[in-house]
Amino acid sequence: MSSAVDPACSPTPPHALDVERVREDFPALRQQVNGKPLVYLDNAATTQKPRPVLEALRRFYEADCSNVHRGVHTLSQRATEAYERARELVRRFLNARSEEEIIFVRGTTEAINLVAHSFGRHRVRVGDEILISAMEHHSNIVPWQILCEETGARLRVAPINDEGELLLEEFERLLTSRTRLVAITHLSNALGTIVPVREVVRLAHERGIPVLLDGAQAVAHLRVDVQELDCDFYAFSGHKLYGPTGIGVLYGKAEWLEAMPPYQGGGDMISSVTFEKTTYNRLPYKFEAGTPHIAGAIGLGAAIEYVTALGLEVIAAHERDLLAYATEAVSGIPGLRLIGTAREKASILSFTLEGVHPHDIGTILDHEGIAIRAGHHCAQPVMERFGVPATARVSFALYNKREEVDALVRALEKVREVFGR
Amino acid sequence: MTDLRDLYQEVLLDHSKRPRNFGVLEDADHMAVGHNPLCGDKVVVYLRMEGDRIAEIRFQGQGCAVSQASASMMTESVKGKTRAEAEALFERFHELLTGKEPDAAEAPEVGKLTIFAGVRKYPVRVKCATLAWHTLRAALEQKTEAVSTE
Repeated sequence: MSSAVDPACSPTPPHALDVERVREDFPALRQQVNGKPLVYLDNAATTQKPRPVLEALRRFYEADCSNVHRGVHTLSQRATEAYERARELVRRFLNARSEEEIIFVRGTTEAINLVAHSFGRHRVRVGDEILISAMEHHSNIVPWQILCEETGARLRVAPINDEGELLLEEFERLLTSRTRLVAITHLSNALGTIVPVREVVRLAHERGIPVLLDGAQAVAHLRVDVQELDCDFYAFSGHKLYGPTGIGVLYGKAEWLEAMPPYQGGGDMISSVTFEKTTYNRLPYKFEAGTPHIAGAIGLGAAIEYVTALGLEVIAAHERDLLAYATEAVSGIPGLRLIGTAREKASILSFTLEGVHPHDIGTILDHEGIAIRAGHHCAQPVMERFGVPATARVSFALYNKREEVDALVRALEKVREVFGR
Repeated sequence: MTDLRDLYQEVLLDHSKRPRNFGVLEDADHMAVGHNPLCGDKVVVYLRMEGDRIAEIRFQGQGCAVSQASASMMTESVKGKTRAEAEALFERFHELLTGKEPDAAEAPEVGKLTIFAGVRKYPVRVKCATLAWHTLRAALEQKTEAVSTE
């Protein structure tokens, strides 16, 4: 599997994804649940892992296990090389200018907390404002609420329409001389809305306001070029991109990261320590205190190589087809209401079924071997906006296929049967 | 389908669709709100006590079929019971759900609540079935505490 394939530069139109072949790369997909073949449609929560990722983890622990950036011995050098190679893979994946802009963290949540803590305490004062949207995940709400409580700043929320689209005019109106940062999702986890982030960044930058993009959902489904987007921060998790849990990335423009104080103190983030004064390490290490998740970073690198070789455009086209097919298929089910009907959507189908609570849908589907998410998706304000306590959410990945959508529709018919609808 | 019906029995579906004792109890002297933050289920239990006895009970709420049916059937089961009897019933009900006490289903006081034995196979749903009962316990205790501090 070559990592040299850049689908964006490919002169030929993207080839179709061979789903049956890629499914063989994912051992977890080959199992039965409750006597039925597993249909895994909870990919917005986490994705299954392809063999190259599992092998990268095993190889590290079997042969190269060592700490990074300190040992003179061979294993430590190998571990350091592999860890830094993963950073370079992430840089290329996001098209960041430099590796020093790629900080390894535990996940999107930690990346956002890092910015809230370090940028926030550095730049945000009483009376200032942080602007988010009405469709954020709790992890892009709560860190800002904490920051606001501590600094006396104010959290503003840009509204969305009934389709689940950001109201850009309202958003623009909320950009004021007091706005210190815009923090917004790239792809909504509860609704599947693709936010016009380039426009968001342009509007904010016209007023000199930096923008953080929550890319937790987006990276596995949309090609991300941070230079093209011109965002100031971009956060994502490895485990939603076929990589391990516990590893994620914060991209930050070097000029911001240089100016920001460290997030945590400890080893690796310092260049010298005396009891009088500590000199911080250069980027990106200034923000990587303590032994990092070395294996996780290496596994994430393998995941990036995997999706890059398949081609993100190819994956996106496959998922677009699935989403359109599924949207069409479920819209014939009586009593089914789609939550999130934006024109620009990706990979996520959120819905309610009249007279049946999403949890009951989840249990009955599980009985059929189908894994979906039922609940508020850590986005309670979104649920409130649509006047529902919870939704059932189907979310696709590159290995899902139309037959699985058919199985889903059959199982939803069974739900209606059980509930006598 | 057969074991799905163990969970979604007709009685359960009936209670979830047409919950008994549903609504606000205007002259309630005990009340508690129960949440299941994991799924957003909500139950409010209202009581009017006559001495140590639950004279009147009503509930409001929203949530899955299991939580709503459980609340509905609970109100029928504990009405007229004493505090201690209600507590004891919750104990048996909990044993029934967790399968810790295989004979719980046989206990006469459990009565038609035995239909919840099917929940045992769905451990994540046990909380749905017990939400109303935990809320009832809170309602019963709330007043006790308030009284003791007055």
